[in-house]
Amino acid sequence: MMNSERTAYRIQGARVIDPFRNFDGVTDVWVKDGRIAGQPEPDAEVVNGDGLWLVPRLLDMHVHFRDPGLEYKEDLESGSKAAAAGGFTAVCTMPNTQPVIDIPSLVQWQIERSRQLGLVRIWPIGAITKGEAGRELAEMYQMAQAGAVGFSDDGHPVADSRLMRAALSYSAAVGKPIIQHAEDSRLALGGVMHEGAVSQQMGLGGIPAEAESVMVWRDVELAGLTQGILHVAHISSPGSLEALRYARNRGLRVTAEIAPHHLFLTDEAVREWNYSPLTKVNPPLRPAQVQQALIDAVRSGLVGVLASDHAPHHADEKAAPYDEAPFGISGLETFLGSVITLFLGQGLLSPLELFAKITSGPHDVLRVAYGGLVPGQEADLTLIDPRVQWTVDPRTFYSKGRNTPLEGSRLTGRAVATMVGGRFTMRDQEVLG
Amino acid sequence: MRDLLALQNLPAQDIRDILDLSQNLGEILDRPIKKLPTLRGKAIVNLFFEPSTRTRNSFELAAKYLGADVINVQKSGSSVEKGETLWDTATNLRQMGIDAAIIRHQVSGVPEQLAGVLDVPVINAGDGSHEHPTQGLLDVLTLRQAKGDVGQLKVAIVGDVLHSRVARSDIWAMRALGAQVVLIGPASLLPESYRELGVEVTTDLREGLAGVDAVQVLRLQKERQSGGEIPSQWEYRARWGLTAESLGWAKPDAVVLHPGPQNRGVEIDSDILDSERALVRQQVRNGVAVRMAVLFRLLGGAHDEQ
Amino acid sequence: MKNIALLLDSDAIRRALMRIAHEIVERNHGLDGVSLVGIRRRGVPLAKRVAANIALIEGAAPPTGVLDIGLYRDDREQRPFSAIDATSLNPGLINGRVVVLVDDVLFTGRTVRAAMDAVSDFGRPQAIQLAVLIDRGHRELPIRADYVGKNVPTARAEQVRVELEEVDGADQVYLERASEGDES
Ligand SMILES: [Zn+2]
Repeated sequence: MMNSERTAYRIQGARVIDPFRNFDGVTDVWVKDGRIAGQPEPDAEVVNGDGLWLVPRLLDMHVHFRDPGLEYKEDLESGSKAAAAGGFTAVCTMPNTQPVIDIPSLVQWQIERSRQLGLVRIWPIGAITKGEAGRELAEMYQMAQAGAVGFSDDGHPVADSRLMRAALSYSAAVGKPIIQHAEDSRLALGGVMHEGAVSQQMGLGGIPAEAESVMVWRDVELAGLTQGILHVAHISSPGSLEALRYARNRGLRVTAEIAPHHLFLTDEAVREWNYSPLTKVNPPLRPAQVQQALIDAVRSGLVGVLASDHAPHHADEKAAPYDEAPFGISGLETFLGSVITLFLGQGLLSPLELFAKITSGPHDVLRVAYGGLVPGQEADLTLIDPRVQWTVDPRTFYSKGRNTPLEGSRLTGRAVATMVGGRFTMRDQEVLG
Repeated sequence: MRDLLALQNLPAQDIRDILDLSQNLGEILDRPIKKLPTLRGKAIVNLFFEPSTRTRNSFELAAKYLGADVINVQKSGSSVEKGETLWDTATNLRQMGIDAAIIRHQVSGVPEQLAGVLDVPVINAGDGSHEHPTQGLLDVLTLRQAKGDVGQLKVAIVGDVLHSRVARSDIWAMRALGAQVVLIGPASLLPESYRELGVEVTTDLREGLAGVDAVQVLRLQKERQSGGEIPSQWEYRARWGLTAESLGWAKPDAVVLHPGPQNRGVEIDSDILDSERALVRQQVRNGVAVRMAVLFRLLGGAHDEQ
Repeated sequence: MKNIALLLDSDAIRRALMRIAHEIVERNHGLDGVSLVGIRRRGVPLAKRVAANIALIEGAAPPTGVLDIGLYRDDREQRPFSAIDATSLNPGLINGRVVVLVDDVLFTGRTVRAAMDAVSDFGRPQAIQLAVLIDRGHRELPIRADYVGKNVPTARAEQVRVELEEVDGADQVYLERASEGDES
């Protein structure tokens, strides 16, 4: 319900960090009737932005809201609240629901439902193959028309090379990316964490980094063959980065994203958490030297997108033996804090460079046009307190998924207000709606 | 010491203390009346999610010799299938008023997870491919009895080290006591990263056995063939089986251990197993002694604060 | 400040152990069927010395055994963990024989009770007797010693310290008024 309290705001004194137009400076921003306004509005409510950062349209292009079918883990409402609380104004929902989002009506339903909720823009990702079964292509044209912004069988790879070739050929024509969950399932079989010294000492089944990179290399070759649009989800291995570099040098349309937990944690966390499945995630947490390579790839610009891979699970599912628990970390509400702590706390990126990875970066990948905080644009924005220190307490999450190995971590920086289409969806950690 | 979950990171002195205690408690097995009042009134649960009569019996006897009451709980299948969480299991145990839990599970880490929520001592009786700490202790006890100071020995562990919880516990116990360890087996079944810890790793049995004082032969699981890690049992035997010929590559007085049950004619030949050089009977006996020592160490005094 | 009084010097200890040896032989009409069992720790060297003394008297020493009563204590949950030494007993040493338990100090009697339980696990003795170097009183069980080196009236808070050549490097027994509880 887009209710209509006040419709005009003056956000005063905030440092505006706008990667869409490469702007970083203190300036007032006016909002009226859902859009950025060009001149002062007489009735505007003044929002004090002193000491805060103002960032346009934070987009998390990889979340699992589990709705329809798995609402006990998360639903569109709880997921949207988590997004708003985390400072996000738009998200891309992965289609591995029950049923799978593989037909236009389901895409429409998700969008319609998100409009009713009015908490976050939901841009659905449609399935590449019917039922994510990896056998026949889903109706990508129709879904794109219904509003799907990309296609993925996330949770599973498209293993069949012939089918992947077809999907990439299709993507070139549809103009939307194929988002691959790159994993050679046979190589990863039986694995529950990164294959290396820690897995060998803990006696847990290992997933070699190559289980990801062999498929990324194949996909890059197929992108070359088809001139398709490939985006590699949650990239996590040095070999994958090498393939990405190769693709970039050849001028292919290949991009990738990295999830904050792969940058923030290593496989040592599995040991530190004493086999708690909170650390179980796919791709798995990697050792320190891989973590460093991933951070370097973000810094160098080789990887232009950060995305949470928000994967909420019910507490009972994680209260299981490590092998039996599902993969996934609930990431929306720690996303900003962890990347600000990591990249800005250590001066690895400027704020403008960092926020490009969660604003203009994913917009570019999805080919969604947005101009930033300029008059006429939709007033999607987030106020961030970059200095506040807080301790992650999953009990305070809006997400139903409290599964995070960042529980108890001290983070710096978090969103204090989120606005979607000129309406506040969150203020002071309180989701409105 | 509150629990015995793993030998990795267990201080060498604790290992020596348990070995001494095991050595001193071993005589109980020869007594006419093997029911001491030591742990009288203590209720111990043998919680086995994975069937293993041998290990369960050994723990059960150890507990009973020391006077404890033992209840055997056999569970099978995944907890997910049964719709039960690990915490339900822990809650149920707590409600039963038990004083210690001996836990075997096919998934690595379950004893550790349960120890985190149980307020009584937990003993790991083997978890997945992780550890089997009492087996590691009984192996070094057996070596110490046969060969003296374990710190002076070079020990080979032959076979599927990657999937072997016995191998892991052996490695930590032997390393803590200062032994040299060499791992031998097919490359697909060797954890290469152990080199970083100063353990030798080789695929060549002849090279690996040169100069060793003892050989621990691991059981070859049938699944390794279907899993594609080895071509066949016959090829395995030809390259890594312990035979009269290959044992000749070790020191002339080298002894042989096997955690059992043995696949005769696959990883080890019968004539070795039945010879004086094989210490498998001592291993079984020491198993009871070590388990008595561990139970006594964890339950035989005021609770340690950790 | 500790108040220490010497109770027995090495000569006195030697005389006491010789007297105990004589009494054991006298009371049992020789050493036929007599076994000595030393209770860890200081009872063990004491039993060996008494056995040697008997050999001087009788021309042969009785068989001796070693018993650690740690596994039979009833107060373990009140104490920090302590290790167990090897017990060396066998049914031949116990069955149908007069078993003389040997310990350094008799105090509450709980150690002796534990020792009698332990001995019974190895066989059925004809009789159990008790020899101690010091009896300091304060019994909590109906137990008395058959052979006593020296009776020493003590206050509960006092400690009797027995030091022996084999364990401590010198032979002496002294009384110590200490703040900590007595464990004998
Ligand atoms: Zn995925």
